[in-house]
Amino acid sequence: MTVLDARVMGTSVRRVEGPDKVTGTARYAADQPVDAPLHLHPVQATVARGRITGLDTGAARAVPGVVGILTPDDAPRLADLGDPELRVLQHHEIHHRGQYVAAVLAETPEVAREAAGLVVVTVAEEPQVTAFDEHSPARHPAATLANYAPPTSGIVDPDAALDAAAVTVRATYTTPVQHHSPMEPHATVAAWDGDHVVLYESSQGVAGARDTVAALFGLGEDDVEVASPHVGGGFGAKGSLHAGTVLTVLAARTVPGRAVKRALSRREMFETVGHRPATVQHLALGATADGRLEAITHDVVASTARIEEFGEPTATGTRAMYAAPHRRTSHDLVPLDVDPPTYMRAPGEAPGSFGLECAMDELAVALGLDPIELRVRNEPEVHPESGVPFSTRNLVACLRRGAERFGWSARPPQPRASLVDGWWHGTGVAAATFPAIRFPGSTAVIRFRHGRYEVEIGATDIGQGARTVLTQIAADALGVPTDRIEVAIGDTALPRGTVAGGSSGTASWGSTISEAADRFRDKWGDDPEEGAEADAATPDNPWAGELSMAAYGAQFAEVAVHADTGEIRVPRLLGVYAAGRILNPTLARSQFLGGMVWGLSMALHERSVVDPRFGHVVNHDLAGYHIAAHADVREMTAEWIDEDDPYVNPMGSKGIGEIGIVGTAAAIANAAYHATGVRRRELPLM
Amino acid sequence: MRPFTYARPDDAEAAVATVGADPGAVFLAGGTNLLDHLKLGVATPSSVVDLGRVTSTAITELDDGGDGDGDGDGDGAARSSTTRSGLRIGAGALNSDVAAHPLVRRRYPALAQALLAGASGQLRNMATTGGNLLQRTRCVYFADTTTPCTKRDLTQPCSAREGWTRYHAILGASEHCLATHPSDMAVALVALDATVQVLGADGTRTLPVAELHRLPGDDPTHDTVLRHGELITAVDLPASPIAARSAYRKVRDRASYAFALVSVAAALGVREGTVADVRIALGGVAPKPWRATRAEDALRGAPATDESYRAAARAELADADPVESPLGGNRFKLDLVVGALTDTLRRLTEEQHS
Ligand SMILES: Cc1cc2nc3c(=O)[nH]c(=O)nc-3n(C[C@H](O)[C@H](O)[C@H](O)COP(=O)(O)OP(=O)(O)OC[C@H]3O[C@@H](n4cnc5c(N)ncnc54)[C@H](O)[C@@H]3O)c2cc1C
Ligand code: SF4
Repeated sequence: MTVLDARVMGTSVRRVEGPDKVTGTARYAADQPVDAPLHLHPVQATVARGRITGLDTGAARAVPGVVGILTPDDAPRLADLGDPELRVLQHHEIHHRGQYVAAVLAETPEVAREAAGLVVVTVAEEPQVTAFDEHSPARHPAATLANYAPPTSGIVDPDAALDAAAVTVRATYTTPVQHHSPMEPHATVAAWDGDHVVLYESSQGVAGARDTVAALFGLGEDDVEVASPHVGGGFGAKGSLHAGTVLTVLAARTVPGRAVKRALSRREMFETVGHRPATVQHLALGATADGRLEAITHDVVASTARIEEFGEPTATGTRAMYAAPHRRTSHDLVPLDVDPPTYMRAPGEAPGSFGLECAMDELAVALGLDPIELRVRNEPEVHPESGVPFSTRNLVACLRRGAERFGWSARPPQPRASLVDGWWHGTGVAAATFPAIRFPGSTAVIRFRHGRYEVEIGATDIGQGARTVLTQIAADALGVPTDRIEVAIGDTALPRGTVAGGSSGTASWGSTISEAADRFRDKWGDDPEEGAEADAATPDNPWAGELSMAAYGAQFAEVAVHADTGEIRVPRLLGVYAAGRILNPTLARSQFLGGMVWGLSMALHERSVVDPRFGHVVNHDLAGYHIAAHADVREMTAEWIDEDDPYVNPMGSKGIGEIGIVGTAAAIANAAYHATGVRRRELPLM
Repeated sequence: MRPFTYARPDDAEAAVATVGADPGAVFLAGGTNLLDHLKLGVATPSSVVDLGRVTSTAITELDDGGDGDGDGDGDGAARSSTTRSGLRIGAGALNSDVAAHPLVRRRYPALAQALLAGASGQLRNMATTGGNLLQRTRCVYFADTTTPCTKRDLTQPCSAREGWTRYHAILGASEHCLATHPSDMAVALVALDATVQVLGADGTRTLPVAELHRLPGDDPTHDTVLRHGELITAVDLPASPIAARSAYRKVRDRASYAFALVSVAAALGVREGTVADVRIALGGVAPKPWRATRAEDALRGAPATDESYRAAARAELADADPVESPLGGNRFKLDLVVGALTDTLRRLTEEQHS
């Protein structure tokens, strides 16, 4: 594997589309100018389970400006891809509240909405279950996990080891349902021309979107075009297509030649595009008196949807974190009548690290040992479950550097030691990891034209800065300055690119571009002729399976808890990461800090309140679903350890999009304990 | 579309007449609450009467017996016991302007603090004094027309009682509704003995802010005692030396941009370690801004200590009726009232020592 020489990689090249974004000229999906588009408004189920027995569309049809109404009785048929979420208007069953049961097409959004309100739906309601209860009789072991890891793992006899251990901590931690709700809602513009459809879609992956639409409508790949030039956040919610997109494309099918435009409402963002499921995590740690782990068990029960199983991989991060001879992880699921959960920033690691890293803190307290020292003592030599060596693992370096920066040595060992002006202050730490993933399946084309290198790959910029960082990678791979590189992404007209998800984008697309650049230079040298071209598919990593590859980090938090009211504030957060080569410090800092802010929100605020009588999230807007406000975000610092990892990919980089959220909530919860001496094991803490 | 007519009258009398003539008419001020409700289908007026040219935006000093804006409504009687001047705030005055006004900040710090603790900068730049008083509850079931709500429709059951009550009342609720009034400003006004000037078809009347909002009883559909078509023209703050030693403390789920779980507006006079005078109102705990008269009574003449403050809070909560619900309930507010009130009064006490 070539390891690239870093010239512009590692520098803070300015965001390529920055000027377009700050001047408002960058066009997101719904901003795309199309001729006289029609607008769509859905009719949504108001029960969580049942069967539609009647749909009266008479009054709706009579509203001037209504162009058409789609119902399960007359909507165009779709192929069954085995994904119930995508079977939009194909049947009369209601699987969750908010499910689309009809839709109105009209000349204006107002007319569409008014008419949709006039559609009368009669439903035979069936008993539904939307309250998550780990003791549900429907609980069953997960068949699969969303990250494709095995649902259970076990070594030797952890239960006996726990019983025999000198010190044991057993505790249960819970995390609630959470929603992504990115700033830009899901939006689709679709226009059919015969059996050809063109989409502007707010998506994390144009290729996946095209494949799904093509399969649903029985079309060839070339008959579906998808463009996602700019995406205002996805966080996993836009990683795969959801019902709203299908509905728009379906509606457009009925009005060939006219575009249909639709952006989801904020409430729909809490109803039809997935969520992070709730978890109950039973942790047990057994250790010797000097703090060496003998056993770790992490048994998880999570919610899922009755119609479609999603196994939040909550405990898979635990498999990699600490050495211990006896260990077990397991995942059970409780199906509910809700829309299917989906990937949400650091799926698995985000909730799972809350359980594990709080339990480690409790163990440190039980042992009378500093929590950093406890982690250092249990640092594994090789991956604790697979026995495979690490490509690089600098968790201890992160902990040490963080401790120094944060002033950890001044920390009083006992809790409830510092009361300043009516606020109890405390500090906490947690460790973090996220795997370094490279997805196969991208292709890059490099073409030399007018003195510049055009680099084409169907990657997506979801705000992380893909356009910019791929420009840097291409520049170094081709040995030219960035102003000679023109990167084109976000369109199925370009060679296929994999999804912007799993913190894999830069690694996957960058490796592909690097490979294409190698071929280009092999073929054309450094003085190519006009029109010179080369392409390459994503190369396999020869070290895959031989080495365990992941980013690590250490999160530090200072927390203040009001002595009279229990209000919790976080005056200070520090994250120190070891994530291979940092390709663009400015963009990277933004990823890390964004993750940490989210971790702060997760610790203190985020909770989708599902009312089990109705089956929906009742705080379904951003006034009710709280995320950190500016005033909650105080001093926040992200730093990194320079890490030279020649095994991960030609850039030496590991994914950085998700690790910022991992462990942050635990660090805050641990600091809240240190501040008050009160241990809270449920999120959110407030 | 739901058609409605829109009018932008030039004076208050015309506005009152226009709304009075149509039972489906509403006043529109900054629109930060009403427009949301139009979009959500919670409000479905037949006509909207814009107050843009109608209500005063002025903040003027009121001399005893005089009345600041010269409309001669004889409200001086309400303040006959006061000496130096109070303040009249036009109903159209923006929340941000009131919060920034030097006289408000100096004489009624609790009011400035309450306003600044509410909403966001952008919203405060739109929201008016009258609209703020008459904003409706943030009960999530009220704002969602797919969930039954007695306040929206007297024939429907209340969804909140068995549901999510984190933001709901522990005092003054009824079996029909336990929604809280969400205004921060109103809590401060109640503590500061403010009055509202109201113009109706039959002329003007003056009403203490404390009596403006009503408890739900068996009809939660009416938040206030105002009759249809009555217009708030101004809020009057009486001259009050104790008001200068007032504060507003808001406990919420995040540091900013969230409604109160519990809030306290208090003014305190301490003499020789004893509470000489005190005003307390609570927010986030009742269907109206809650004047804490029991706590006040318990405090007058009591030692100015944490113990007294806690005892006073408990006295106020004697009849509290928190809700237990599968989604968490709101019993936590009992401790929160005690903590927030104690913290607020302690700080006011300390300020008077320094
Ligand atoms: C996201 C968000 C967060 C918020 N957070 C807070 C908060 O933390 N604390 C807080 O206190 N408030 C908060 N608010 C509410 C805000 O303060 C109110 O929306 C605002 O004060 C209403 O004033 P307005 O002028 O916009 O009223 P409008 O929306 O125009 O009117 C509100 C109501 O008052 C009536 N009305 C208006 N003026 C008069 C008058 N002169 N006479 C008679 N009737 C009248 C209208 O008919 C309508 O029924 C928040 C609002 C939003 C949207
Ligand atoms: S508490 Fe009041 S506003 Fe809320 S649902 Fe019940 S009746 Fe409606």
